[in-house]
Amino acid sequence: MADSNGQRVRFYQVGSFAAGNRLLDPEQRTVQARMDRSNTLTSGHRACQGCGEALGARYALDAAMRATDGKLIAANATGCLEVFSTPFPESSWQLPWIHSLFGNAPAVASGVAAALRAKGREDVRVVGQGGDGGTVDIGFGCLSGMFERGDDVLYICYDNEAYMNTGVQRSGATPPAARTANTKPIGREHPGNAFGQGKDMPRIAIAHGIPYVATATVADLHDLEHKVEAAMELRGPRYIHVFVPCPLGWGADSADTIKLARLVVESGLFPVFEAAGGEVVGVSKIRRQVPVEEYLKPQRRYAHLFGDPPRADVIERLQAIADANIARYGLLEDASDIDHTRVGSTSDARERG
Amino acid sequence: MQVRPRGCPVLRQLEGSAAVAETVGLCRPEVVCAYPISPQTHIVEGLSDLVREGRLGSCEYVTVESEFAALSVCIGASATGARTYTATASQGLLYMAEALYNASGLGLPIVMTVANRAIGAPINIWNDHSDAMSQRDCGWIQLYAEDNQEAADLHVQAFSLAERLSLPVMVCMDGFVLTHAYERVDLPTAEQVDAFLPPFEPRQVLDPADPVTIGAMVGPEAFAEVKYLAHAKQMQALDAIPEVAAEFELAFGRPSGGLVRGYRAEDAETIVIGLGSVLGTIEDTVDELREEGVKIGALAIKSFRPFPLEEVRAALVSAKRVVVLEKALAVGIGGIVSSNVRMALSGIDLHGYTVIAGLGGRPITRRSLRALFERAIEDRLEPLTFLDLDRERVEAELERMAGGGRSGPHAENILRESGIVGARSH
Repeated sequence: MADSNGQRVRFYQVGSFAAGNRLLDPEQRTVQARMDRSNTLTSGHRACQGCGEALGARYALDAAMRATDGKLIAANATGCLEVFSTPFPESSWQLPWIHSLFGNAPAVASGVAAALRAKGREDVRVVGQGGDGGTVDIGFGCLSGMFERGDDVLYICYDNEAYMNTGVQRSGATPPAARTANTKPIGREHPGNAFGQGKDMPRIAIAHGIPYVATATVADLHDLEHKVEAAMELRGPRYIHVFVPCPLGWGADSADTIKLARLVVESGLFPVFEAAGGEVVGVSKIRRQVPVEEYLKPQRRYAHLFGDPPRADVIERLQAIADANIARYGLLEDASDIDHTRVGSTSDARERG
Repeated sequence: MQVRPRGCPVLRQLEGSAAVAETVGLCRPEVVCAYPISPQTHIVEGLSDLVREGRLGSCEYVTVESEFAALSVCIGASATGARTYTATASQGLLYMAEALYNASGLGLPIVMTVANRAIGAPINIWNDHSDAMSQRDCGWIQLYAEDNQEAADLHVQAFSLAERLSLPVMVCMDGFVLTHAYERVDLPTAEQVDAFLPPFEPRQVLDPADPVTIGAMVGPEAFAEVKYLAHAKQMQALDAIPEVAAEFELAFGRPSGGLVRGYRAEDAETIVIGLGSVLGTIEDTVDELREEGVKIGALAIKSFRPFPLEEVRAALVSAKRVVVLEKALAVGIGGIVSSNVRMALSGIDLHGYTVIAGLGGRPITRRSLRALFERAIEDRLEPLTFLDLDRERVEAELERMAGGGRSGPHAENILRESGIVGARSH
């Protein structure tokens, strides 16, 4: 981020990047700090304390609402977000919102977009959203179809790495070694979820050659807002994959949601990047690389790695994954030759480390 | 697709699918979304042409990766206030199943053609009613066309019904028998259809100017009420279907649709019930027997959902026996239509016969029907009959299984026994 004199502004105050909003040019300040924020997912919903998904959805949709001047329709997959936001007869949604099924949110969003095109209402935009199960597993076909047709939909995946709504079962986005209800660490041969499985959905999205793909976390909500706004400046299929800790499912302290989302990035386990037209065009650098243990330890889903005896071998494999991500995306300050130009924006928030 | 002059109805020799595509086009759909499956393909190909030729204005034709997605796109489009159409058959309808219940549960007036086809395994592309019958309880109105004229006409009525009641409607037409048959069809004019079918005014719509939540979670406190409303709307459809049919007849000058249609049934002692194109063969056989003095008639069920209990009861109340000819099988019990017909007969004393016929496209011939009806008239029919079943083949296969061990796949065994597959011998 550069100030008006071109001098680089660095936000070192707290680990969360949350401070510093007031240092920014008013136009660049967070949507949530504005009087006119739309409170798209308004208070009173029934998400758990510390829910990363609720936080991510609120920021993402408020940003999308701001970018579209409130002309937005959302199609939601079945899952926690749908359940906690719309228990009859209440709804937390302050935008036109439809929930159809678990596996069809991208297609429903396509249908909304098709109807808007047919009616000449292309000023109204469409967001599809769901959890990782609804996105990378049961909704995968519909999502891929929406991508390849070039439908004008922003799809946001809130990834908490398992089927939380049904009681924490493994999904195609569950990381290796994680304990879930059906990947319990039983015996030495089963240290949680298996290695070598799972889908890298952002890269699959990139492979579709769609105009915009980004990852984000709830540790850097300003970055998430920015990416949503960047996405809304473009037409066609766009995909944002947001890392959202789940205190209940991960066995983590509700107060640690932001911390875990920050540590997953700083360990290298979750690369934060942007891609346009099939190429990665920007990455969020790791300011201070942390060993994966620092991210794993506060979560009971990894407790079996730190028992007696500890599973140094498993931790080593996880560290290897983090190291590979760091190398692949050039996540360390000195290791990158990737062009840092932002997509759809002139600001340079990538340099916030 | 041929271009025809506007303003005057034209009698044309048309493939059933083309007639339906043209008619759906005249209904001014705004979003059409479908996934190809035989024998539905010609319908949606026709609509794709109409869209590409610019004849449907700004209508969007969306190609998708599955039937599940097709209906899901329709759900999104309909909820956004677009007149929405799709078509499918067989496996495709089953692949939609979850979305079928969702569309009706949400009360979205989508119209869909079902080009009725068998369900595998064994895979089979030919006509029967297994597909639509399997979804009889999914909350959609189900109308059955007897011929291509009616198939075309029912689509105009279907949009009208769907939008009046805010319920989705399936128009069922026999795959290949109708979809691929060339018949004389009197297509309406655009002006006629416009006058009959006003622009779609949705009961609920995703609109940023007036945001609503569609598809909220409903627990025990209100679920039964929402479901009851779906039933209540179908009960309203029992009035709306004949009303729309009457309005249609007035506007277009020919009868089509309705709940039931009797054929020489007034004084009949034996009444044969059927759905769809088989009525033609049934009526020919009825005529034959009538000429010989047999008091036999037919009853076409045009609306299977809602099921017209009163009309069926009224048609059967003076009969001695009813033969329900079904193109679907409820494995483990027998008839589906029969079970529904029996609901209409409480307290009426007559013989009821279920006949499973035409499965997987097996021809239902006049000769077979005549022999069947003759046995029925003498009350010599079994309660459940499989028309033209090859008993020998079935017995042979049952025997093979009784022998234990790895008796092999039924279909291959039966085809081999029949000399159709000769690659391997036992």
